[in-house]
Amino acid sequence: MELYKQTAHELHAKLAAKEVSAAEITAAVFDRIDTVEGKVRAYITQTRDLAMAQAKAADEKIARGEAIAPLAGIPGALKDNMCVKGVKTTCASQILANFVPPYDSTVAEKLAAADAVVVGKANLDEFAMGSSCENSSFFPTRNPWDTAAVPGGSSGGSAAAVAAAEAVWALGSDTGGSIRQPAAYCGVVGLKPTYGRVSRYGLVAYASSLDQIGPITRDVTDCALVLAAIAGHDGRDSTSIDAPVPDYSKALVPDARGLKIGLPKEYFVAGMDPAVEKAVYAAIDQLKAMGAEYKEVSMPHTEYALATYYLIATAEASSNLARFDGVGFGHRGEGNDIVAMYKRSRTEGFGEEVRRRIMLGTYALSSGYYDAYYLKALKVRTLIKQDFDRAFGEVDVLVAPIAPTTAFKVGEKVDDPLAMYLQDVCTVPINLAGLPAISLPCGFAGGLPIGLQIIGRPLGEETILRAAYAFEQANDYHRRQAPLGEV
Amino acid sequence: MEYEVVIGLEVHTELKTASKIFCGCSTSFGAEQNTNVCPVCLGLPGVLPVLNAKVLEFAVRTGLALNCRILPFSKFDRKNYYYPDLPKNFQTSQYDLPIAVDGHLDVEVAGETKRIGITRVHMEEDAGKLVHAGTIAKADYTLVDYNRTGVPLLEIVSEPDIRSAEEAKAYLEKLKAILQYIDVSDCKMEEGSLRCDANISLRPKGETKLGTKAEIKNLNSFKAVQKGLEYEALRQAEVLDEGGRIVQETRSWDDARGQTVSLRSKEQAHDYRYFPEPDLVPMVVDSTWVEDIRRSLPELPDARQARLMKEYGLSGYDAGVITASRAMADFFDATVAAGADAKAAANWIMGELSRHLNAAGREIEECPVAPGQLAALIDLQAKGTVSGKIAKTVFEEMWASGKDAAVIVKEQGLVQISDEGEVVAIVEKVIAANPQSVADFKAGKERALGFLVGQIMKETKGRANPELVNKLLRERI
Repeated sequence: MELYKQTAHELHAKLAAKEVSAAEITAAVFDRIDTVEGKVRAYITQTRDLAMAQAKAADEKIARGEAIAPLAGIPGALKDNMCVKGVKTTCASQILANFVPPYDSTVAEKLAAADAVVVGKANLDEFAMGSSCENSSFFPTRNPWDTAAVPGGSSGGSAAAVAAAEAVWALGSDTGGSIRQPAAYCGVVGLKPTYGRVSRYGLVAYASSLDQIGPITRDVTDCALVLAAIAGHDGRDSTSIDAPVPDYSKALVPDARGLKIGLPKEYFVAGMDPAVEKAVYAAIDQLKAMGAEYKEVSMPHTEYALATYYLIATAEASSNLARFDGVGFGHRGEGNDIVAMYKRSRTEGFGEEVRRRIMLGTYALSSGYYDAYYLKALKVRTLIKQDFDRAFGEVDVLVAPIAPTTAFKVGEKVDDPLAMYLQDVCTVPINLAGLPAISLPCGFAGGLPIGLQIIGRPLGEETILRAAYAFEQANDYHRRQAPLGEV
Repeated sequence: MEYEVVIGLEVHTELKTASKIFCGCSTSFGAEQNTNVCPVCLGLPGVLPVLNAKVLEFAVRTGLALNCRILPFSKFDRKNYYYPDLPKNFQTSQYDLPIAVDGHLDVEVAGETKRIGITRVHMEEDAGKLVHAGTIAKADYTLVDYNRTGVPLLEIVSEPDIRSAEEAKAYLEKLKAILQYIDVSDCKMEEGSLRCDANISLRPKGETKLGTKAEIKNLNSFKAVQKGLEYEALRQAEVLDEGGRIVQETRSWDDARGQTVSLRSKEQAHDYRYFPEPDLVPMVVDSTWVEDIRRSLPELPDARQARLMKEYGLSGYDAGVITASRAMADFFDATVAAGADAKAAANWIMGELSRHLNAAGREIEECPVAPGQLAALIDLQAKGTVSGKIAKTVFEEMWASGKDAAVIVKEQGLVQISDEGEVVAIVEKVIAANPQSVADFKAGKERALGFLVGQIMKETKGRANPELVNKLLRERI
């Protein structure tokens, strides 16, 4: 099989056995990018020189006979809201179109320490606000399974790059489903870790109390490897959890014996595609057949999650994005005084959806509205957390759909923000509760992948990886290749 | 009409931690522009704050010294507003759960002790400094220096318990003394490490409801606080007397013109949209730790003043002056510890020493005469080795050269002449040379004696023991 189509763990074995070099793998990935990127448009920036230098360094380590980390010499992509020193970091926004950070994010630092190769910065919805990648101010990314469909969002570039074999692995960020939903739409594996498991230092904030970085990969094994590489306590992030990072690979056993799974019935919302519902139930049946116990659980506050999310996330965003004012960095609009400059910079620099969310959040925090909106949302957030606490008193993992449908067509929902927000209905409660959740393919409908969501307890990554691995190994969805380029 | 003035003060003080509140940058004052900066305090995309533990410790220490309750659960909030000296366009501050609440301090005004309530003490980050090309209104451009961005601040808010400009000044002086005693701030108003805003309103004498207040900013010195508040009280009284109404507004003290001018009205006030800072975790303050800090507090000004009065019999006024600054009180204690008589030490420190410091514009920490040296000088005077007048000359020389008193006395032959035989000879010589003055004295002119003493001192270059001279003169005339 072509090098670029292989998983990280397969490539690592070949590197360790000196059957192939990191430079060869990286060159193969760039050849693949050259072939299909015109159709997919996953990347905002490609870092060829950096990648080749990193590959060379990994090869030298191997040549010296040194032990190498699992991701050493393996090419991947970072969502373009994570800072890499000296590499343009745009957040797919005009306001940061030329921003080059003078520092590394913690994930970039950790990946560099693991000798991983970074091939580029992946497209996203501007400032991670969106569910289709159509809010990128540069260009939309297409779904490798059907280039007329969206790849999902906001980490659409990361998911599409992995699905199109333009990267072996990628990092996304997930504030309300932004790793899991594009992973589901693109038929790859995506994991949102427990809030605080991965440092947010160097991730350009959308909503600080919800944002979390996580892996997007071709299979669950790679997901465990990438997670291990980026997880851990960071003194630069006060919200990062000070707990040891387990060996996630050890959790990957191909059975579900004794695993108690719960099905939150509220996640099967009206308007859900019957094919999606059917695939999720079929997955549960499969897990049961592998020894899992199953029960339905009730999460009564689920219906308030979307509203709660859109108040908290936008409130935090309105403050986080205040720094983009044309003074110290980013786009500066012309103005005769400071207020005029602020207004021009921000009006020219931000796209429509970002402006909408800033206004929503500003309103929610305003004097006279704070109690009715933001404060109420915080209280509901607590109730939603309690729903999960109760459920996890009875079960080990929760299984649910990722999104109500498979990938929709480009342009289908751009004029209807509410319909777009409904895409997040099954994913936002998990962010509000700070829990880990994984998305993996569990079937296809009309040639498009369907995503299965497995949700765990705080720091329960090992359990959801185990359940996901068991399901994955009993199927072949992860081996299917997007038809792109093969036609 | 007669009005009661009601004042509350909001004081900002920069903490003297080595590094900033949320990053590792230096807090040093006067560094080259934009050199004490990093991605975090510049608010670059993606950065996160981490609380400097020293700031929390200093805040707790301050809260305890101001008799506050330390809240066991405290958090940071974001105060959102746009200004180019604020790189994130929000200030990380504390809103509804400040670190310390419900304290007080006592001030003495016109011989009476008065208790001023302290509403709260909270932590926050300082903003940068704008340098306008010309005046703010006409500048072609403005430069920003971010060195100060993220320097830790405490905001200390008083209750509206202050009733005069004089009380406000006394409150501020006491607060400054306490902050210096507990070593959390330099409190240099001229460097901006102590800043004061005031809320002031008037109400008819006897009225209990508060009047409409004005907030006065730009009070950059103790004098400005007093003058600004005096001016504003008069201004408000005039408005009210003319049947007008006070507008709730922010006013700025113009020191040069000696008046307050309107900055913005209530309607133009910001809506800060406070909400909990999601990038920092709430602080759970351990009570054992708080008690450890309480135990480590030094003796505070009030207690020290009381001790000086009790142990050394100093007057309340003298003890108050000496303990108004920790450095001066330390100097006093060190001088006494070196063997000096306490009252003499107090007189020297409040007199000659302070006069020299003021003239040289120096702080007592920079005094060229060490406490031990001063104690030795006081000892020479007490033993009669030098007279009081000569002692001042010796002090002058000690200040200039840093030499010990004994060395100066020896080098310059300044030892007092107390040998009766030696003095008698000079006394007789002077009597013989000034018959007219002798006659005047005998005729009842006391002043004539002074002239004769002066002549004797001239003969001895001031070294004759004055008491002995007086005694011998009277005996011989």
